[in-house]
This record gives sequence, C-alpha cells and structure tokens, in this order.
Amino acid sequence: MRIALFATCIVDAMYPETAKSTVKILERLGHEVIFPKAQACCGQMHMNSGYMPEALPVVENHINAFDTEDYDVAVAPSGSCVASVKHQHPFLAERLGKPELKERAKAVGARTYELTQLLVDVLGITNAAEQLGSYFPETITYHPSCHGMRSLGLGDRQLDLLKTVGGITVNELPEADQCCGFGGTFSIKNADVSSAMLEDKVKNICSTGASACSGGDASCLMHIGGGLSRTGAKPKTLHLADILASTMEETVSL
Amino acid sequence: MSAKDEILGRIRTALADTPVTEEVPREYRTTSTMSQEQLIELLVDRLVDYKAGVEVIEAEQIPEFVASKLKDASSVVYPQGLDARWLSALGSEVELRLDAPGARLSVAELDATSAVVTSSAVSVAESGTIILDGQPDQGRRAISLVPDHHVCIVPVSTIVQLLPEAMPRLSITRPLTWISGPSATSDIELERVEGVHGPRTLDVLMVRGL
Amino acid sequence: MTQVFLGMPAGGQGNLFEQEPFPKAAHRELGNTQMRKNLRHATHSIRDKRLKVVGELPDWEALRNAGSTIKNNSMATLEERLLEFEKNFTARGGVVHWARDADEANKIVTDLVRGTGATEVVKVKSMATQEIGLNEHLESEGIDAFETDLAELIVQLGQDKPSHILVPAIHKNRTEVRDIFLKEMPVVDPNLTDEPAKLAEAARAHLRKKFLAAKVAISGANFALADTGTLGVVESEGNGRMCLTLPETLITVMGIEKVLPHWEDVEVFMQLLPRSSTGERMNPYTSLWTGVTEDDGPQNVHIVLLDNGRTRALADRFGRTALNCIRCSACMNVCPVYERTGGHAYGSTYPGPIGAILSPLLTGIEVEENGSLPYASSLCGACYEACPVKINIPEILVHLRGEDVDAKREKHKLPTQMDLLMKGGSWALGKGKNIGLLEKALPLGRLAAGKDKKIKKLPGIAAGWTKSRDIPAPPNKSFRDWWSDEKESK
Ligand code: SF4
Repeated sequence: MRIALFATCIVDAMYPETAKSTVKILERLGHEVIFPKAQACCGQMHMNSGYMPEALPVVENHINAFDTEDYDVAVAPSGSCVASVKHQHPFLAERLGKPELKERAKAVGARTYELTQLLVDVLGITNAAEQLGSYFPETITYHPSCHGMRSLGLGDRQLDLLKTVGGITVNELPEADQCCGFGGTFSIKNADVSSAMLEDKVKNICSTGASACSGGDASCLMHIGGGLSRTGAKPKTLHLADILASTMEETVSL
Repeated sequence: MSAKDEILGRIRTALADTPVTEEVPREYRTTSTMSQEQLIELLVDRLVDYKAGVEVIEAEQIPEFVASKLKDASSVVYPQGLDARWLSALGSEVELRLDAPGARLSVAELDATSAVVTSSAVSVAESGTIILDGQPDQGRRAISLVPDHHVCIVPVSTIVQLLPEAMPRLSITRPLTWISGPSATSDIELERVEGVHGPRTLDVLMVRGL
Repeated sequence: MTQVFLGMPAGGQGNLFEQEPFPKAAHRELGNTQMRKNLRHATHSIRDKRLKVVGELPDWEALRNAGSTIKNNSMATLEERLLEFEKNFTARGGVVHWARDADEANKIVTDLVRGTGATEVVKVKSMATQEIGLNEHLESEGIDAFETDLAELIVQLGQDKPSHILVPAIHKNRTEVRDIFLKEMPVVDPNLTDEPAKLAEAARAHLRKKFLAAKVAISGANFALADTGTLGVVESEGNGRMCLTLPETLITVMGIEKVLPHWEDVEVFMQLLPRSSTGERMNPYTSLWTGVTEDDGPQNVHIVLLDNGRTRALADRFGRTALNCIRCSACMNVCPVYERTGGHAYGSTYPGPIGAILSPLLTGIEVEENGSLPYASSLCGACYEACPVKINIPEILVHLRGEDVDAKREKHKLPTQMDLLMKGGSWALGKGKNIGLLEKALPLGRLAAGKDKKIKKLPGIAAGWTKSRDIPAPPNKSFRDWWSDEKESK
C-alpha cells in the first residue's frame, strides 16, 4: 500500500521521532510511505478556540494536500487530529456554508486513519511482537486520549496492541478514561480546572509504578509529561508509535 | 399580539431553514421471548431490589396473604371495584374503609388509615414497574398514595417483560401511576434510600391464575 | 441585559446567566475542598450505577437513536405539536397559557394562585420554575412557595442555590444536610443522625401537613404528549404524587420544547431517562395526567407553556439539538470539569455541559455574561457519550465558541492576544511552506529551555500553561526537514 503520512503539526515540530517511528513501522510491514509536503495542521486549535474564519485556510490547506489520488490511505499518529479531519472539517465547511468543501472533507476523512486503527483494522496487526518485532522491556501504563477513545471509537485497540509488545509490562491506569485536562486552549483559558484534572492524572500514573505513560496523542502526552516533569515525578511519557517501533536491536530508551 | 401568536411566530422564524423530519428508527425491543415463569422471576428480582415485599401466590391464597401482610394494620382502605373476598380473612379488629364515588374518604381520613389494598393494570418485569390506571379495582390516585402501606395485587397474566409491550395495554388518558418500589430518594449523596412521602411499605402479591 | 438581534427571537431572562466569568468562579469553587470531596463521591458512585443499568439493555443504542430522532422531529414540527397539545389538553378540561418570557410566566402563575385565594403553594421540583425565579417572585407577591423535593428542601432551608439539575444539593454531604435540618426545621428531633434514611424521615414529617392541607400545587413536567394532551412527571419520593393528586388546583410550568409527538414515545423516554439520571432501572414513581379527571385529583388544571429563549435556541441550526435535552443530568455526572467546579460556577440554573451550551443558546451568545460558558470544557466528549438523546455537546460548544469570537470581533476594535495568536497561527499553519519556515527557528526554542531541557515559564496568555506544566525543549530539526534530508535526498 502507498500510505500518506499526516505527521500533525505538533509531532512534526516537537516530536519528530514519533513520525519517524510511524514511518519505520509501516515500512517494516512492506508499505511505501509518502509525506505530502503541503500539509501543515488539522486546524483543531483554531476551531476549538472558536476562530472559524482563521481555521478555514488551515483546513483548506489540509484538504488540498490530501485530496489527491497519490496514495491509498492516510495515517496520523494522533486520534485527536484524525477525529478533527473526519468530523470537524466537514462541520466547519457546513458551518461556513461551503458544501463543496464539505464533500471533499468527507472524502479525505474517509481515507484517513489513526495509526492503530490502520494497523489493527486495515493491516490486521494483532500481535506487535510477532508481526512488527516490537520490543520494549519496560513497565508502562497507558492513557487513552479522549478523542481517539470517544470520537473515533478506538476502544481497546491501542492498549491491546501495546500489551503484545515483547518484554513489556502494562500496568492498568486507574480512572484511565478521565480526560487529562489538556483540551487545547482550555489548558490556558481554564488553567485552574485543567491543572486540577492534570493533577489527578499525574497521581494516577504515579500510582501504577510504571516508568512511562504511553498513549496515542502527542499533545496529551506533552501535557501529561509537562505535569509529571513539573512535579518531579519519575515516569516519562512516550508515544505508542515509539514503543511499537522499538525492537530488540534498536531499543528505544526512556 | 397575543403571547401565543408571538411564540408561534417566533417558532416559524426559528425554523425558517425548514429542518426535515425523519422516520423514527424503532429498532429497540418490542416483543419478549420470556416464558411466564421467567417473567415472574424477573419481576420478583426487580421488586426485591427496590426493597418491596414480594410473594408469588395462587388466587385462593389472596385472602390469607392480604391478612398476613396487614396483621398490624388498624384500618384499611379499598376501592369499590376490588374483589371484596380478598379482604375476607382480615381480622375483625381491622376497620375496612370503602372509597367509592359519592362516598369519598377525605385526605385526613386517608391519612388516618394504615393501609390500602388495590389491584393493578399492567406490570413491566424488566424495570420492576407496576402500573395503576385508576380502574375501579385500583381506585382514585389518592387512596394508593396517602396511607403508609400499599398492598398491591399483580395478576400474573398482566406481567410483560418490556415497557413497549405494556403501552398498548394502557389507556393513556386515564390518570396513570407507575410504581417501582416504595417511595425512595437519591437526594443525599446520590445514594438510594427507601421511604419518603409515598407509602413506605410496598407489598406485592403476584397471583397465578388471575 | 439581553440584546436583541434583528429577526432573531428574543433571548431568555431569569436565572440563565453567569454571575462572573467561569474561570474566576471555578477558581473559587476549586478551593472548596469539602464540596469537591462531596461531588467526587456522588458523581463517581452515580457513574458506576449508570453504566451498570445501561449495560443491562441490549438495545440501548437503538433507544438513543429513537430518542434523538423523536426529539428532532418534535422540534422540526414544534408549532403543530404545541397546537395539537393545546387542543387535546383543553378538550379534557385543562387550561393552556402561553408565556413569552420569565416575567410573563411569573405573572400568569401569580394571578392563578391569587384567583384561588391561597397564600401558600406546594411545589414539585421543576427546572423551568427555577429558571424563571418563580419562588422569589411569588414571595415578593406575598405567596409562600414550599419546595417538597428533598434536595430542593435542603437548598431552600439552607438558603443555598441548586448546583445540579437532578440533585440540587449534591454539593452537600449527609452531615451538612443534618446540620441544616437541625438549624432550620421548626420541629425536629434534636438527636437526628446523619443517616440518609433518618434525614428522609425528617423531611417526611416536616412536609406531611403541608401536603395534606395544600390547595394549590405548582409542578414542572418531564414531557407533554401532543396527540393525547397528557403530561408526565417523573420522581422518586412521592412528593410529586402528593402535589399532583391532593390539591384542588394544579399549575404546571413547562418549556415548549418538552412536547413529544406521540403518546407511544413515552416507551422510549421512560427507558432512557431513569437509567441515565439516577442509575435506576426505573424511578419509584411516574405520574401521567390528561387534563381533569372527574373525581380524581385536581379539578382546576393549568399549564403555562414557556418560551423564555427557547425559540431563540431553536433558531440556531447548529445548536438547536440542545433543546432535545431531557434533563437527566448524565452529562454533568460524567463531566470532569463539573466534578471539580460544581454547579454554582456556571451561574445559570443549568450547570454542567448542557448548561454550558443551553444557557448561552437561550440568552444569545452575544450576551457578554454567558460568553465564557462554552469554554468551560476540555471537549473530552464524555457528555456526548453519556447523553441518552445523543446531543453532540462538544460540537455545539465549539460552534458557540465560534459565535462568541465573531460577536466579540465586531465589538472590540483592538485584537486580543488570543486574536493575534490565532491570526498568526492561521498563517503559519495554513501552508506547509510557512510552518516549514517557522520550524527553522526550533533551535531557538532550545535556548529558552534551561539546562534540564525544560521550558518552565512562558509569557502572556500562555503563562497559565507553565503554572503547572513544563514544556520540553524542541528538537533540533523538524520531521519535515529530516524527511527532506534523509528520505528525499536519497
Ligand atoms: S444534555 Fe443529555 S445527558 Fe445532559 S442532561 Fe440533557 S439529556 Fe441528559
């Protein structure tokens, strides 16, 4: 398959390793990965902050970049950005009275997958150690990010896949389904409530005794990681793509 | 312009984009596959969960069970259409008070009455709900409300599993009272406790052969 | 307070407004540790219960789909539905009144009570009367209104404000309730314990005489059935039955959005509502009445059909599904923001996620007071997932943020920091080339980080972030550049 990588702006700029990991995993499976250079961002931050006219060029840019016949499916290492592409782009187009853009947005959305969605549902990966050679000899815990879990209905796909990584121990996170408090500009506009939510997430992560908390969204992980780091807590954060890409030969270190 | 006209006008303005209606997808369960014994078992389970007293009995046992449930009552109100034989085993010290058209008990009299015996129209096993629809064997609403103890007869033939199965059996424009256990509240820390303003004791006699 | 846009139905009045911006109120409420403990305890236990009873029904999703379609249809044909209801309710001896707004509704009710000669009324919990401030109005007119729902009673006795639509005193724990009863009930056992059963018993004793003597009752309604003219009240304690059965006169105040097309629709909502609200398979009591029944219950039966901003909300085609709400409270029970701030922080009668959309929809978002409500959410989606009528609350929140920004854009001449950030972001993220250009500056970000590779303090509006979180030092090279260098050059 020819797979177009939508890196997402945060991974592109802040966590390039995670995008590289995504490429590695897919190439390991024998697929060809392309990176449409015109891509930038899904526009979620703008939409979620209420800046609709400002979001429009961002959303249009994404649709233009991905509305091509040049690839079979698109993938992003982020449930949140994929949910935005699938649901928010058509909504924005509708809201701004652009029916043609809405149809194109829907078409792009239908071809866009979150990483584990692609791995499990399309590529039939159920055992990361066997099928991807994943190896990560650490104790981790896992936070299911809200948009992947709820908007995309990922269920336990991410967790189940992580559990099949060689050498890994996955400790269950108490109150896992609770939001970490990020919510984009929510963490700025309602910093106090956001911090209170983060505080509980950090506490729960520390209670698992894991050395890392994994998840499928770099933004939530940056938020959680920022809280862990500020409180001097031991656990690190690591995107699940990085864990899946880690092998016996090239083991990712924390 | 009258308030009515103005509000209706606002509605027309608000719906200027003429949203369409859709066929309601009624894909929920509307028919049961349960046997009568399973229905009885389910309803018993639900009512017990609500802390109601429940007995499954034969028709000829009604007088005996009504009497035993009401052994501490000093007075009992019953609606005109109730089968009087059901009260025949009550002790002579229990005062029977008939509530009938033209001979209504006052609220104060009801308040001074220890218990009420009524029949019921239909019961929904899945949710443990007994529905009274004000027929003569159930009486008007006040009599099953004010006395603190309600003995309710549920003929087994009136039990259905699902709420949608109960609907066709109801005459919706009669005053309906749906009862699922004794009065209760969840208002303190969202924990359910039984016994507030409605009858604090609910005894259900589920009767086979009725 | 309300500003009417041309061609837009008027906004609602009454208790629909924030008292202060949400972040400020939230900051204060977060400091109330006892309340936070109480709320956490209550919301967490109800979550588990709800999941359990919802999980029991194999057709839960089918019921949700039916429920949301019925409501959509009802809103799409609201005029016909209301006229049909009016006709049927009237045919059976009921009297229908229409109220454009809170003031008008309050006046209608007051006149009706006056007409009976009563100076006291008993009340069944009703969001609509809370919204219009009926109790306060009656009081100012010399009529005493007694709340009979246990939680409302706690709030009324404690001179407090409701903080939840189902359990208005959810912010109080049992000991606090006991203390309120001891202090405020004229006749009460001084040895009253804080056992919930004992507290319920005290409420029973306190209200018994009121019920038995009441001449007039005021209720809300959970639904009205258009094709039969029937009204329904869903409750637990029997205070509803008392009010709906014993007095001579019954006045119901109901929002116009509560009307359902067909009486069979009850089978859907009576499965959705109890399981979503108290986590029970069914609530203890549900009463349905159709106008007047001779020789049974109140013989003077009235309904006040209330607009108060509902048509305003209906006019918003991206927000109107908020009117589908059946007030179950599931969305607030699962909301991580509500759990931490409590209901008072939302100002309006309607707190939590539904309140954050409904209040501004009813009043109009351009009303400055409600401008911060749509932002009171991390958009985690727990509310949408729990909502029995599938109201996409996160989407409406985002939509209303858009309305808010647009309204402010017109009002303010000078752009705010956020405006500038978003404008800049729009340029930067609007083209792959532009973001690529900016990413060349990533190494600069590394300079901002300390030796430990963390950024600990940001200026301006971003300072909120670094109050409790670090930011990692950015990488040397973006993925985009790595791809050009490593993949494309090979
Ligand atoms: S919005 Fe949905 S979940 Fe919230 S109270 Fe209304 S019906 Fe219940």
